[in-house]
Amino acid sequence: MSETAFLLGQVFNGFSVASLFVLAALGLALSFGLMRVINMAHGEMLMLGGYLAYLTLHVVPGPLGIIVAMPVAFIGAGIIGGLLEWSVIHRLSSRPLDTLLATWGVSLILQQAARNVFGAIGVEVVAPDWLNHTVSISGGPLVGLNLPATRIFILLIAGVVLGGIALLLKKTRLGLFVRAVNQDRPIASAMGIDSRRIDLVVFALGTGIAGIAGVVLALLGPITPTVGQSYIVPAFLVVILGGLGSLTGTTVASLIIGFISAFAQIFLDVSVAQVVLLVFVILFIQVRPQGVIAVRSRALEE
Amino acid sequence: MVFRSLSFVAALLAGTMLAAVAANSGTVKVGVLQSLSGTMAISEVPLENAELLAIQQINASGGVLGETVVPVEEDGASDPAVFAQKATKLIEEDKVVTVFGGWTSASRKAMLPVFQKFNNLLWYPVQFEGNECSPNIMYSGAQPNQQALPALSWAEQRGYKRFYLIGSDYVYPRTANLILKKHITHSGLTLLGEDYVPLGGTDFSAVIAKIQQSKPDIIINTLNGDSNVSFFKQLAAAGLTPDKLPIMSFSIAEPEAKAMGPSLLAGSYTSWNYFEKLPGADNAAFVEAFQAKYGADAPVDDPMVHGYVDVFEWKKAVERAKSFDQQKVREAAVELGFRRSPLGLVKFADNQSLVQTGYIGQLQPDGQFKIVWHSTGTIDPQPYDPLNFPGKTCKLH
Repeated sequence: MSETAFLLGQVFNGFSVASLFVLAALGLALSFGLMRVINMAHGEMLMLGGYLAYLTLHVVPGPLGIIVAMPVAFIGAGIIGGLLEWSVIHRLSSRPLDTLLATWGVSLILQQAARNVFGAIGVEVVAPDWLNHTVSISGGPLVGLNLPATRIFILLIAGVVLGGIALLLKKTRLGLFVRAVNQDRPIASAMGIDSRRIDLVVFALGTGIAGIAGVVLALLGPITPTVGQSYIVPAFLVVILGGLGSLTGTTVASLIIGFISAFAQIFLDVSVAQVVLLVFVILFIQVRPQGVIAVRSRALEE
Repeated sequence: MVFRSLSFVAALLAGTMLAAVAANSGTVKVGVLQSLSGTMAISEVPLENAELLAIQQINASGGVLGETVVPVEEDGASDPAVFAQKATKLIEEDKVVTVFGGWTSASRKAMLPVFQKFNNLLWYPVQFEGNECSPNIMYSGAQPNQQALPALSWAEQRGYKRFYLIGSDYVYPRTANLILKKHITHSGLTLLGEDYVPLGGTDFSAVIAKIQQSKPDIIINTLNGDSNVSFFKQLAAAGLTPDKLPIMSFSIAEPEAKAMGPSLLAGSYTSWNYFEKLPGADNAAFVEAFQAKYGADAPVDDPMVHGYVDVFEWKKAVERAKSFDQQKVREAAVELGFRRSPLGLVKFADNQSLVQTGYIGQLQPDGQFKIVWHSTGTIDPQPYDPLNFPGKTCKLH
């Protein structure tokens, strides 16, 4: 493999890692920006999406199963997220620390439930044949460059989801309401926007995206009761680095984190590369506490 | 759960009645301390089952020194601190004469001071990183020179010269690789790279890119648990299936292969001192008895058989010592000499570790391992690798 091909491969890996982080962090960024709640059970929504993919593939085997699994996981995780918001989060909305503890408790309950239902060992989702190959370049200066089809697929999904959310926020009436509540909740309410309903919808949307993230995770590894735990911390990093509640910020932060981890791992252990990443985020926040993109919002200024 | 607790009560009642019946011939208590809950339960519950099977078989054939063996079960809960606490409870309150248990090195390290303090004896059945030598522990699992180094000799004999090491980031892979690295360079082979991923890590894109670039002949894999599935899956997606790039793993046995899906891992190699498919009447009898009790498709693996063998070695040692006293038992245990077992011929050496044979198995699509290599005769255990710890020895007897 040539040096160029290797470096280009790492650029691709950077995008690939970033695409996972975008999917994992997007929902968190949305609800955190709007409601200032830290949902510790967000990782379990990923897990839920993974298990829903596993179940869907039992009902719909064959090449299109994974495509069917996306909306199933989106709706399934969205409903559970909506229930969580309705039953726990909005009742504790004025007590952020209590929300933190309560959602952590929910996360433990969901993990144990998954362990009881599916067992402590992970379940397997087998990628369909059309994803089971590698795009290899066998001639020219880029000889030896391998791009796994699953990774390309995940990049596409992340792009579609990002585009969809951006359109929703910018072009629809619901998006307008979300932006209004985000900027100034009391005034938006005074204008007749049902901010309570907006919270619920945005929260369910965010957990639904986490469900989709769970489906794509299933293509890369096993789905275990604790699979969400390995993504929740990077997702929080992305949200903080990106600037709370900003879509562009979340995307840029995911790319930064994806590239740092892909390139640090060329020279370092995966473990040490994570340390480098965390040190970078700490330093960055020292210099720019508001994150990559600063969001002007009454909610965040209080 | 209701049924479980019911059957538990029933078992307790039956146990009490048995104890009452056997009262005239006496009973002796032993501790069985494994994780029955938490992340390690998945591996340790089957191990405990194997230990209990051995106790049941011993009782069925008249017990030890005429006394019925009563196992006192405790849950280590996958937490080293709980292991230490429960070990204390077993020794102080239940007055057990010895304890069978432990899995992770962390649990063993936590229990060690307890067994030293009360001068009791622990039978530890899992392969580990060596570098420890206590008179209060019988180490039946492989030392590094009985698992990792045989794997290296095998790879060398196969003509593999370029190695890549990958492992989870904790004590066992780090120490095992420290030893392997010394031996790789000492034998004039090439080490291309070494990578550690946090426990439970799932992203291997950069590691795989480095592997593709350095083109090793073989990967030596000490990843633990589910990380293996991610690693094998992403390797396959990058076109590196086990038939194109051989992989030697140290933490994948029959139950793991079954759980992770044998089709994904088929063709990869692993090094143990036991495989379910090992020939011999002793192994056939063990597998039959285990599956008769715990289900026809219950897999058995290396640590389970070591746990099973430990109980019988303890029985023989007690009978030789004619006493349950730990000092006399451990002295007798190393004097027993070679005995037949499901593992083949084994005996405890003077350093209280097991002399045993090394095997390399290749995973078949049905989830069983085909034995492709075995060491010439048994291998004497070396707690301290001579290349890494020159001059350090383990003298206990």
